[in-house]
Amino acid sequence: MKKLIELNNLTKEFNGQVVLKGIHLDIHENEFMTLLGPSGCGKTTTLRIVGGFEEASNGEVLFDGIDISSLPPYKREVNTVFQKYALFPHMNVFDNVAFGLKIKKLDKAIIEQKVLRMLNLVGLEGFEKRNISQLSGGQQQRVAIARALVNEPKVLLLDEPLGALDLKLRKAMQIELKNIQKEVGITFVYVTHDQEEALTMSDTIVVMNDGSIQQIGTPTDIYNEPENRFVAQFIGESNIVEGTFVKDFLVEFDGQQFVCVDKGFDEGQDVDIVLRPEDLDIVEVGQGKIEGTISSIIFKGVHYEIMVETDERMYKVHTTDMSEVGKKVNLDFWPEDIHVMEKMGTY
Amino acid sequence: MKQYKKLVSPYCFWLFALTIIPMMLIAFYAFTSKGTEITTFQFTLDNFFKFMDPIFLSVLMRSLVLGVLTTAICFLIGYPIAYMIAKCKENTQTILILLITIPTWINLLMRTYAWMSILSNNGIINNLLQSIGLGRVHMMYTDFAVVIGMVYNFLPFMILPIHTSLTNMDKSLTEASMDLGASRIQTFFKVTFRLSLSGVLTGITMVFLPAISAFVIPKMLGGGQYSLIGNFIEQQFITVGNWHFGSAVSLVLAVIVIVLMALIYRVEKRTNVSNEDEEGGNKRYGKRKKIRKGSMH
Repeated sequence: MKKLIELNNLTKEFNGQVVLKGIHLDIHENEFMTLLGPSGCGKTTTLRIVGGFEEASNGEVLFDGIDISSLPPYKREVNTVFQKYALFPHMNVFDNVAFGLKIKKLDKAIIEQKVLRMLNLVGLEGFEKRNISQLSGGQQQRVAIARALVNEPKVLLLDEPLGALDLKLRKAMQIELKNIQKEVGITFVYVTHDQEEALTMSDTIVVMNDGSIQQIGTPTDIYNEPENRFVAQFIGESNIVEGTFVKDFLVEFDGQQFVCVDKGFDEGQDVDIVLRPEDLDIVEVGQGKIEGTISSIIFKGVHYEIMVETDERMYKVHTTDMSEVGKKVNLDFWPEDIHVMEKMGTY
Repeated sequence: MKQYKKLVSPYCFWLFALTIIPMMLIAFYAFTSKGTEITTFQFTLDNFFKFMDPIFLSVLMRSLVLGVLTTAICFLIGYPIAYMIAKCKENTQTILILLITIPTWINLLMRTYAWMSILSNNGIINNLLQSIGLGRVHMMYTDFAVVIGMVYNFLPFMILPIHTSLTNMDKSLTEASMDLGASRIQTFFKVTFRLSLSGVLTGITMVFLPAISAFVIPKMLGGGQYSLIGNFIEQQFITVGNWHFGSAVSLVLAVIVIVLMALIYRVEKRTNVSNEDEEGGNKRYGKRKKIRKGSMH
């Protein structure tokens, strides 16, 4: 895929506070990229720098290889869907969507045709004359998307666009957004703090924390092979264990050595090991790898969340099999369930 | 909720005592004249016919012109000031707004006396003009002096509501406009100014109403012979003692003001509607296509 936007060593300071600490990022054509991270991690700032609403303190933004760092928003080939939609309250749906086209002074007939086609795409045909205040949150969201997409930008920036919707509508919109992206075939850069949303929609996830990028990868990569403790904790649930890398395909933790599928670390290096709760199995004593006692069971709907206390620590297990509190059991897992990561500062 | 409704009753009382009753009294006086020995008051329209005299009407005209002029100048000065203040940091805004309100803490008479000493033939401006060799200009007791005095006194009431409407505006709206390709100037006219219109209208109301009925400022800066409708009414009540005629003129003025304000609000609504109708086509489409209800899922 062709590189469309390139962020080179972006830094940003607000009143002496460093918000971005050198961001390097390539955004490709047709990609659905999600910037994911807790609030205050710099994801929205990064998006606003790409959109032209914020100027980076240092570094450059390349668009098709050309530096656009100093271009105002109205000269960039990107459009934004704002967090609170930012629809113009003094215009109806049609005029909101037509705003950008009217600025470009397109022919009236063409404007009408484009606007109606876009409203059709977002499922709002027949709403042209409605006032913005007469629309529900989800409908306003669609108008905001249509208003941005009708300008046929090369990149659409979305700043937590589903944050204000209720859970059910949010899930429906996630799938719909992904479909719209496929249909119009342009790059989406999506900002969210919701890991599930990121996993559902993205081609590429960029996990950010504290002003820097933690990991870039496909949803599967990010979930299965987190590069560090922060990513493992932020995406999904995990048991994170401190251990030692003995040699390739062998790690030691909780006083035992286990076969794994990881290699390439230094022998004897201290590492963090991730065991996902759904990868752990509770088996009869003597049939597993680590001994423990069941200390609590919580019913979560799809599965039970069972806490197993071992000599060293507490393990969280997700399983569909019921068990009893106080029972002595063994924990079992496969070599590929062990994910070894570089050790980093504690979170 | 219901029990709070009772809290409104003192307000209703004061509204009745201080606004409704005086208004009714004015209307009563306007439509009556001193009667015979038997009836104390007599219904009449004479007071209104009396006002139809060209001399009186020209006073009214002049008041309207000066009122509109004052309002227009206040708007032209006030909008840019309000806009610039709204662009400042929050702390700076507080200070600037304070600076604009502080003069209103001083008595109106004092402020106007200050202008008298600035504008008079031996005042600051004339001394300055003479010292740079430009001769003296007669300014006191002219329309110019009256308008300056009114603009100065009423300007804060134009700036404050506009400033409020500008700061209450969602900042992301201007960002959205620029994002969609509108330059800063286009954004200002298509979004910012349109959305601050409610503040502008409040400002116009708050300047035009006192300007058209002012009598202290014209009296001081315009001189004793200077007559605007406000002075005229004051004279009828205080000097001449004809409460009936004074009331009738007050009523005429009130009706004119109400009609003018209604027109302004109408125009504002119109511009909103016409904006929506700009695309003749979408009305058609709105009706032709079936509205898909519950298309959210």
